[in-house]
Amino acid sequence: MNAEERYTPLNWPDHPETQTLEGKNKFLGFWLFLAGETVLFASLFATYLALKDSVPDSSHPLAKDLFNLPLVFAMTMILLTSSITSVYAIYHMRNYHFKKMQAWFVITVLLGAGFLALEIYEFTHYVHEYHFTFGSSAFSSAYYTLVGTHGAHVTFGLCWIIALLVRNAKRGLNLYNAPKYYVASLYWHFIDVVWVFIFTVVYLIGKVG
Amino acid sequence: MSSVAVKKGLGASVWEYLTTVDHKKIAHLYLGTGGFFFLLGGIEALFIRIQLMKPNNNFVSEQLFNEIMTMHGTTMIFLAAMPILFAFMNAVVPIQIGARDVAFPFLNALGFWLFFFGGVFLNLSWFLGGAPDAGWTSYASLSLRSEGHGIDFYTLGLQISGFGTLISGINFLATIINMRAPGMSFMRMPLFTWTTFIASALILLAFPPLTIGVFLLMFDRLFGSNFFDVTMGGNTIIWEHFFWIFGHPEVYILVLPAFGIFSEIIPTFSRKRLFGYSSMVFATVLIGFLGFMVWAHHMFTTGLGNVANAIFAIATMAIAVPTGIKIFNWLLTMWGGSIKITVPMLYALGFIPSFVIGGVTGVMQAVAPLDYQLHDTYFIVAHFHYVIIGGVVFGILAATHFYWPKMFGTKLSEKMGYVTFTLFFIGFHCTFFIQHFLGLMGMPRRVATFLPGQGLELGNLISSIGAILMAVAVIILLFNVVITSIRNKKVGADPWEDGRTMEWAIASPPPFYNFKQTPLVRGLDTWWLEKMEGKKELTPAEPLGDIHMPNNSIIPFFISLGLFVAAFGAMYNPLNSVGDGKSWGLPVLIIGLGITFGSMLIRSLRDDFGYHIHKEDLLEDDKGGKVG
Repeated sequence: MNAEERYTPLNWPDHPETQTLEGKNKFLGFWLFLAGETVLFASLFATYLALKDSVPDSSHPLAKDLFNLPLVFAMTMILLTSSITSVYAIYHMRNYHFKKMQAWFVITVLLGAGFLALEIYEFTHYVHEYHFTFGSSAFSSAYYTLVGTHGAHVTFGLCWIIALLVRNAKRGLNLYNAPKYYVASLYWHFIDVVWVFIFTVVYLIGKVG
Repeated sequence: MSSVAVKKGLGASVWEYLTTVDHKKIAHLYLGTGGFFFLLGGIEALFIRIQLMKPNNNFVSEQLFNEIMTMHGTTMIFLAAMPILFAFMNAVVPIQIGARDVAFPFLNALGFWLFFFGGVFLNLSWFLGGAPDAGWTSYASLSLRSEGHGIDFYTLGLQISGFGTLISGINFLATIINMRAPGMSFMRMPLFTWTTFIASALILLAFPPLTIGVFLLMFDRLFGSNFFDVTMGGNTIIWEHFFWIFGHPEVYILVLPAFGIFSEIIPTFSRKRLFGYSSMVFATVLIGFLGFMVWAHHMFTTGLGNVANAIFAIATMAIAVPTGIKIFNWLLTMWGGSIKITVPMLYALGFIPSFVIGGVTGVMQAVAPLDYQLHDTYFIVAHFHYVIIGGVVFGILAATHFYWPKMFGTKLSEKMGYVTFTLFFIGFHCTFFIQHFLGLMGMPRRVATFLPGQGLELGNLISSIGAILMAVAVIILLFNVVITSIRNKKVGADPWEDGRTMEWAIASPPPFYNFKQTPLVRGLDTWWLEKMEGKKELTPAEPLGDIHMPNNSIIPFFISLGLFVAAFGAMYNPLNSVGDGKSWGLPVLIIGLGITFGSMLIRSLRDDFGYHIHKEDLLEDDKGGKVG
């Protein structure tokens, strides 16, 4: 099937992301990449658990002193909602509704940006209120590296989806860019799943464990 | 796009190699760069052996010795052995499965350039204030306090080249899963493809822990974090775990492809199909799986406790079983075969006993109480050189002779090959066999010198003489390469006459589109099968048609260059623990990352559909014209 060909909703395939060889390769390769990313985050989680509450002396804040669950809960809800909106976007991609797909991705980006803003607020809050900086203890280094790496992934995901929205605004949907949208949404889901683990392992266990 | 080729100037060839996405050209790049680093690592090894030739020697200072010893290990593993294996994987695997290219030609080029710039960055440390000096394992307690920027070159260089390796691993996995020709089921894949597949899976799962390890070490040294600083609540054992969770699978990442190479060579020159093909595949998968279960055997003396040590000891011993399966399969392949002795076959014959010695000493070290005695002695040095040289380097040298015709269209001189093999084989055993005894007598590894009168003189002298023999062997190999290139005597598609797999069915070197028509695979040892039925070519699976090819691109070069620039910025940023931060540190870091992400953005914004080679041009190619 030709990647540049124009389609109508009638002849648009059910799974446009895996119609071309390039699309199939992207689909598979990206899942493999996510396997590597999983190990990467697993390593960061292991480091965090090993260094949790590990501070030089008692003047440094511990997990139970720091975390503010209402704020983190709000962040969680925003990010999880953005995952659903990206599902809607892919739904419309499969039905060849280009404008609706773009719109849902825009909503996804806005929610992601909201999450990022709250995270930046959270970090500055810890730094100013608790003097909990990147270098203040092993615990702080592990915390900021784990959550910060996730934040960096969110930032990259936002830039990626924005780049896709802009580059394709005039091109419309075809079998060349459908796999690109699809793997970007996969990436976005992956980031969400990682956040679910961060919410549990860092914040919930940090507060009660 | 296609046109009749004109003779290209030097500039055009350089540009071609800078922008190429063709797996066969990328193989040349990997072989050339990896070969260069192999020579560099070899010179470092020679310096080590000259320093240790006699007691109280002062050929190099203690500090320089530490740097040479660290760079020898780091260079050989990351910049020589792996890239050279990637060269053969790139040259052979896509053709073995009947594909026209890898799944991601662009990423293939990106993987190479990341490795290239990572390797260059690491080696620039020699000129910019001293190389890393904490051993290739770079244990955090030691590396954290290392003076100068050596360790920073290590952490940043390995991150850049590690990304490249990871990308290549994903690429080979996707290629082997998605790009196989019709009829090429998993259980018809040649063993080299199988071992590449499993090694790539190991890369995918083992490199992220290394990335995180060096990432944390980089933060500790350059950005003021405290992961490994015990006074701030840190923990140095975390580094050991990450390093070995990567480091042990790394051994199999290196040796499995070498096993694959021998599994191609032995059936070819025994003129008999591989004995126990399915058990070979099973053993490969099992070694890959168990490879992740044994990392703590490097840490028996760290003090993880008896239970942990016992579990890891038993898991380690279990790996001997699938490895033993392989050894017996190779022996039984030769049994009753019509053996032809060639240079690649000689390396295969030398490999089996050498590797078995390395394997047996490995099982000895798996016995945790004995390991307390052997840990950090020359016994360990002897063991891993038996595995790495006896397994991986023999595999690389065998493949160099075996696949040279396929990669370059000429055949390396067999006579000189025999000389190289003989010298290298004798030199290798001379260097490392005696080191077992040096270790048992108590000589610790990584020492810059030793004292007279402790019974270590003769052993060290013998060891150094062996190293010189190996150096002479490598020089003869280089001479062989030069002579063969000057003679430039072209060979046919199947220069060994007994080729079994599909790469021997197409021209040497293959046309850039590999197969004019995608082949139909009718069984294991596809090409052998066709030859035995009297066919002159592979059975096609499709009619002759247009071929879709990817466009060349300079972007991989710039993505990698950006990280190379950024690494300098990170190293000299004002927060670094060495205390020589520069005001230009952060701007350079940002500019470098800007180049990288900007290049990625350009790649993303442009449509790149590739191009088609038309049927008519392919037919013309048949008549002697050239497409390209």
